[in-house]
Amino acid sequence: MIPLLGISTQALFGQLLLGLINGAFYALLSLGLAVIFGMLNIINFAHGALYMVGAFCAYFLLNLLGLNYWFALIISPLVVGGLGMIIERTMLQRLAGLDHLYGLLLTFGLALIIQGVFQNYFGSSGLPYAIPRELAGGTNLGFMFLPNYRGWVIIFSLIVCLATWFMIEKTRLGANLRAATENPTLVRAFGINVPRMVTLTYGFGVALAALAGVLAAPINQVRPLMGADFIIVVFAVVVIGGMGSILGSIITGFLLGLVEGLTKVFYPEASNTVVFVIMAIVLLVKPAGLFGRTA
Amino acid sequence: MSVDTITETITAPVEVANPRDEQIAFVLMTLALIIAPLFAYPFFLMQALCFALFACAFNLLVGYVGLLSFGHAMFLGSAGYFSAHIAKVWGWPPELAIIAAALGAGVIGLITGALAIRRQGIYFSMITLALSQMIYFFCLQAPFTHGEDGIQAVPQGKMLGFINLSNQMTLYFVVLAIFLFGFLAIHRIINSPFGEILKAIRENEPRAISLGYKTDRYKLAAFVLSATLVGLAGATKSIVAQNASLTDVHWTMSGEVVLMTLVGGLGTIFGPVVGAFIIVAMQNYLAGFGQWVTVIQGVIFVACVLAFRRGIVGEIAHLFKRSL
Repeated sequence: MIPLLGISTQALFGQLLLGLINGAFYALLSLGLAVIFGMLNIINFAHGALYMVGAFCAYFLLNLLGLNYWFALIISPLVVGGLGMIIERTMLQRLAGLDHLYGLLLTFGLALIIQGVFQNYFGSSGLPYAIPRELAGGTNLGFMFLPNYRGWVIIFSLIVCLATWFMIEKTRLGANLRAATENPTLVRAFGINVPRMVTLTYGFGVALAALAGVLAAPINQVRPLMGADFIIVVFAVVVIGGMGSILGSIITGFLLGLVEGLTKVFYPEASNTVVFVIMAIVLLVKPAGLFGRTA
Repeated sequence: MSVDTITETITAPVEVANPRDEQIAFVLMTLALIIAPLFAYPFFLMQALCFALFACAFNLLVGYVGLLSFGHAMFLGSAGYFSAHIAKVWGWPPELAIIAAALGAGVIGLITGALAIRRQGIYFSMITLALSQMIYFFCLQAPFTHGEDGIQAVPQGKMLGFINLSNQMTLYFVVLAIFLFGFLAIHRIINSPFGEILKAIRENEPRAISLGYKTDRYKLAAFVLSATLVGLAGATKSIVAQNASLTDVHWTMSGEVVLMTLVGGLGTIFGPVVGAFIIVAMQNYLAGFGQWVTVIQGVIFVACVLAFRRGIVGEIAHLFKRSL
């Protein structure tokens, strides 16, 4: 064991790993927010609540239907994505042409409803969700002990993030999507069903949040308010990264998770606030965000 | 973000302003508040008045500058802690504790506002929310706030040395006076040349810039004024309730003030007062239903945004084609 600045490498790498995990969730959530913002021009305040619904979905699947983690990983995003599409079709679509802040207010109300209902039935305490058998245990990497499940979360979310990036930046579907973001009227004139695309985009964005919720379930426990405070940090991450680029929000997410982990090692008192402090500094230096296009 | 003139702005278009309507409404409101303690508990009314001032000061920013702050709880809560600490630990008289606390909230407003106005629209909301969460964690950890316990048993003392605030009715009329002062101050700000420039920024910021106005300074000034007046409400609230707690700094409080203003009518002068009384009354009557109150608040949010964007006072004003 080599002590580094008075801190054992074991503790340092342990916290860095935790940071990276949180970073993975930041990346998945801010990616979803960025995708939704690109198409709908709204910030989805219900994102944290839907992340929580994703985790609860996994819990219900296991305890009511006996379907394990691997089924949850597919079914939960589909269910939440479907719920999102219903929300978009029945409510968000009516706000077209209004100030974008109304979208924020509407989704805030939805977040209150969803979280309130779950709090009524499940209180505020956490429900346990076991790590899937296949990923139990850990691997000794020589310099640290890596629990298999945590390694899986990092690698899997990285793959999902990169796949999303590839789909949006490199495929024909993504090209249509980006074109519709720039000029929806013109894209409609080419015979592409833009309203359907908007609905699917919202569904996809919240499905990413649900996926993050399933991944988080075995680590953070399933709680009705698990997304409430978390989403505020994600908002700060979004402000730091700027919503201009997909890759930018992925990098910012992971990076800030790491910074948070490091802060826990060297100055634990500030670990809750470090992301907000970084946000303040970024606003002073580069108001558009690290990867933002325009102010 | 491009400025699109066809999109409906966050506030309903202002009807032709008629000072007489506003004067009549103001006199009616004041009379109603003077006789109100005959019909309702003074403590409930004082709470409602503090929230009404909170909502009016919030509305100054969202309704007249078009900046939707999602972090105004940071001013309410921190001013509450300031006045509680000053009155209890430093032993200052209540009037000085309240003034100092309001100014303290103004200083926080200056710092956070300078950061937040660097971005517009949705980003502004997210930044204010994030900054208020930072203040929340600060209040959770700082020793003088006593964390989860809050500051308890705040002395009410004697205002100006001879007004005994431990008498409920006396306290009520002091709170009413503070509320009316804040309300009239906001009314004065809105109808001043400064207020006209704020409205110009709300309607079309690039145009205001092209006319030579340094819009950032106006926005910051409005932000600081709003924060100070929210501070006045928060400071008074902790003297009334005799405690300061984390509830007032939490983001749910920022959401509540948005709801009050939305229900009453964004960008109307009397709307936030009506909205605050409705929401506070609702919370009082439904206190036994636990978390369902949150659900109901969420439903009201959704209903207001989808079908009722003008709010109660806004709808009335629209019906009679008046400005209230």
